[in-house]
Amino acid sequence: MKSKLEKLKGTCIGIAGCGGLGSNCAMALARAGVGTLVIADFDTVTLENLDRQYYFREQVGQKKVLALQENIKKVNPDIVVQAHDVRLGPDEVVDIFKNCQVIIEAFDRADMKLMIIEIVTECFPDKFIIAGSGLAGYGENNALRTRRLGNLFICGDETSEVSPELPPLAPRVGVVAALQANQALEIIMDDLEPAVGADVWDE
Amino acid sequence: MTKGKIMKINLNNKEVSMAGESFSVSELLNLMHFTFPMIVVKINNRLVKKEDYERVFIGDGDNVEAIHLISGG
Repeated sequence: MKSKLEKLKGTCIGIAGCGGLGSNCAMALARAGVGTLVIADFDTVTLENLDRQYYFREQVGQKKVLALQENIKKVNPDIVVQAHDVRLGPDEVVDIFKNCQVIIEAFDRADMKLMIIEIVTECFPDKFIIAGSGLAGYGENNALRTRRLGNLFICGDETSEVSPELPPLAPRVGVVAALQANQALEIIMDDLEPAVGADVWDE
Repeated sequence: MTKGKIMKINLNNKEVSMAGESFSVSELLNLMHFTFPMIVVKINNRLVKKEDYERVFIGDGDNVEAIHLISGG
């Protein structure tokens, strides 16, 4: 186990989005001892974010990537954090995460989730991507799960969409973020092999 | 589609029999009631991009995985 934990120090994990999923996932990976975290988001911390995102009152108004970098460093100053204050599109994803072994999808919007899954599968067939899908509301513990499709893992219940009646709340968001972090550890510590031929369909 | 032909595919680890010889990804998603707009689709472990749903076809024996992407993060 010790040598496996040692492996984490030499690992680089990318986190696309620093909201509920991304901020909580980053902190879990930081505490576990991942050596390098590449975090990216364009957004600013608001008071409303504090119901589920890993930020504090005095950080309201700060850029999320800078606030998250600060929180990671408070836990472990030795972790290398590359913070990118940027709105991610396909080109930025390729550029920013090219040195990461695993990429965590932590966007809010479903079309952005599909965008990063498509571009990572197409450009980085040897990398793993771990997405979140379905985390709104409360309860239904056992509906939250992980499914593997080649180099893509999807964590969540695959059904609960965020809406005014079904807001994202800290416990379920936290569980899905922890599922993503836990999956990343398994990939690294157990040397999971990327699926062969798991690229994009073209004819 | 040809009358009388039956194709069997594996959809999310379940065998599904369908009348016909092949379906586009769009047709299959409609038939299988995938309702949310964003879906990850893999055929035989290869990702089909959303822009290709009309021109990529699924035939007998294919292994199809389709999972909804739900907003929220």
